[in-house]
Amino acid sequence: MKIREDSATKWFRLLAYTVVLAGSLACILPFILILSASFSSNESILQEGYGFIPPKFSLEGYEIIFRVPGDVLRAYGVTTFATIAGTAVGLLLMTMAGYVLQRRDFKYRNLFSFLIYFTTLFGGGLVPYYMLITNYMKFTDSMYALIWPSLMSPFLIILMRSFINSAIPDEVVESAKIDGANDFTIYYRVVLPLAIPGLATVGLFLALHYWNDWFSSALFINDAAKYQLQFYLYNIINTSMFVNSIGAGAGVVLSEGIPSESMKMAMAIVVTGPILLLYPFIQRYFVKGLTIGAVKG
Amino acid sequence: MLRKNGVVKELYKNRILLLMLLPTLLYFLINNYLPMIGIYYAFVQFDFNYNLFKMDFVGLQNFEFLWKSGKLTELTLNTIGYNIAFLVLVNVLSITVAVLLSEIKGKWFKKVTQSVLFLPYFVSFVILSVIVFNLFNYEQGVLNTVLQQFGAEPVDVYSKPKLWILFIILFYLWKNFGYSMVIYLASITGISEEYYEAAKIDGANIFQRAWHITVPMLKTTFVILLLFALGSIMKGQFDLFYQMVGNNGLLYSTTDILDTYVYRSLRVTFDMGMATAAGVYQSIFGFTLIMIVNAVIRRINKDYALF
Repeated sequence: MKIREDSATKWFRLLAYTVVLAGSLACILPFILILSASFSSNESILQEGYGFIPPKFSLEGYEIIFRVPGDVLRAYGVTTFATIAGTAVGLLLMTMAGYVLQRRDFKYRNLFSFLIYFTTLFGGGLVPYYMLITNYMKFTDSMYALIWPSLMSPFLIILMRSFINSAIPDEVVESAKIDGANDFTIYYRVVLPLAIPGLATVGLFLALHYWNDWFSSALFINDAAKYQLQFYLYNIINTSMFVNSIGAGAGVVLSEGIPSESMKMAMAIVVTGPILLLYPFIQRYFVKGLTIGAVKG
Repeated sequence: MLRKNGVVKELYKNRILLLMLLPTLLYFLINNYLPMIGIYYAFVQFDFNYNLFKMDFVGLQNFEFLWKSGKLTELTLNTIGYNIAFLVLVNVLSITVAVLLSEIKGKWFKKVTQSVLFLPYFVSFVILSVIVFNLFNYEQGVLNTVLQQFGAEPVDVYSKPKLWILFIILFYLWKNFGYSMVIYLASITGISEEYYEAAKIDGANIFQRAWHITVPMLKTTFVILLLFALGSIMKGQFDLFYQMVGNNGLLYSTTDILDTYVYRSLRVTFDMGMATAAGVYQSIFGFTLIMIVNAVIRRINKDYALF
């Protein structure tokens, strides 16, 4: 009896290690591919194709980028600004909303929650939204077009509400009230300090969204100097695909010539670098956010 | 009258709370409710020179054109078909891996692999297009390099629309399965150890324990994820499809979904009539589907209903 169980366990463990390892490889290999290509010489890519080990180690891709770094730095600046400003404003508004919506003595909290949630079920669609932003708000080619669309989301507000609800017992709010604090003071002095882990999680979700956003640029930005970082990368990849396919053309992206294969991959690394470097430190906040979001529905 | 006074009184009593909520309410009013008026765009002859209510009313003409273009069935089937495939496969895969991962004893190994499996969720979809380009590019792509090493003919996958059904599903799983796996792992951690102890005493082996205890205990989480996914069954993964396929017309037959069609009509072909009609069709069809699904679930089990 004992022996049979052990052998089953052994097989199960073997299966578990195999599947998990295979899955992990599948998740990481594509990044290795990009990394390897970014450190290859363009010539070796053209001759031998992409591979997991650089056929001929070279920094020429990075050299091309950093010889004329103006464009990529500007795109970095645009995305960084949008990320910081959007996350700061979004967090301020969403913490207030989350706090109010979980206050039991606020009678209409369920109605307001539903009005926010309803927007995930029904909407006007892309064209009316496009017209709102471009024609009525006049956000075309401005930073507002990059910040406004992602400022708040029902998912994050609900997540914030659950966080505050579980982090701050009703009695704490009650006793602050008895001490004569008004609702804003309670939020500012009591709720915010206690909700910092929640703030970190929601803030990181929001910041990641801003950092990875390319769609706002695609829709609302015509001036290449105001492209977000991701859209800048998108254009380099696709411009060169286009240039390659017509087999001609020079000075499309850089005055130096057609973006080479190694330069494109180096650009991909430069763009994704910050996320990959920060990832080990920030991922636990996301895990926590998902856990709380799923438990509370 | 009395009731109305009650409302005003209640709101006045909580005026600070209301004031704190106000920016959020205004945001959703402008950003989400105001565009609903714009559904009217689908019923007019679009003209950039005028405002919405000065454009010529054309009734259902835009919808007629959309219907006659013959794309509607294909777009709808693609959108729903992909979503169902995503839904089934991502849950099967993430439950399987979560169950396996939860039984791994090595703490360090477990932590690292969980992080690695969750990693693709964090990178932008533009990187996805870089990866796709790396793999499938005709001249230098990994696929053709490997094929040639084995003496086979290189393949131009960009002219094989059927293959892309597989690619899109695979990359969807690659990008998203870590997300639901993390959620399932969290629910597994919450299962009481007593169940497993009791099953062990009864002689159940590890496969039986996983299948008869862990998997059934994930039902609630599964239903929640399922409902969220059903709510957006008419919305495709725009980022995924657009970054993988782009404006490659050869692949539209198997990869065009409502979102990509609307986006292209708006920004590439500038066919506003089609774009608005398709968008409204998507919104209303999607909303109706959600209402039906919700009503059915309410019947079966009230606790699981969305609202």
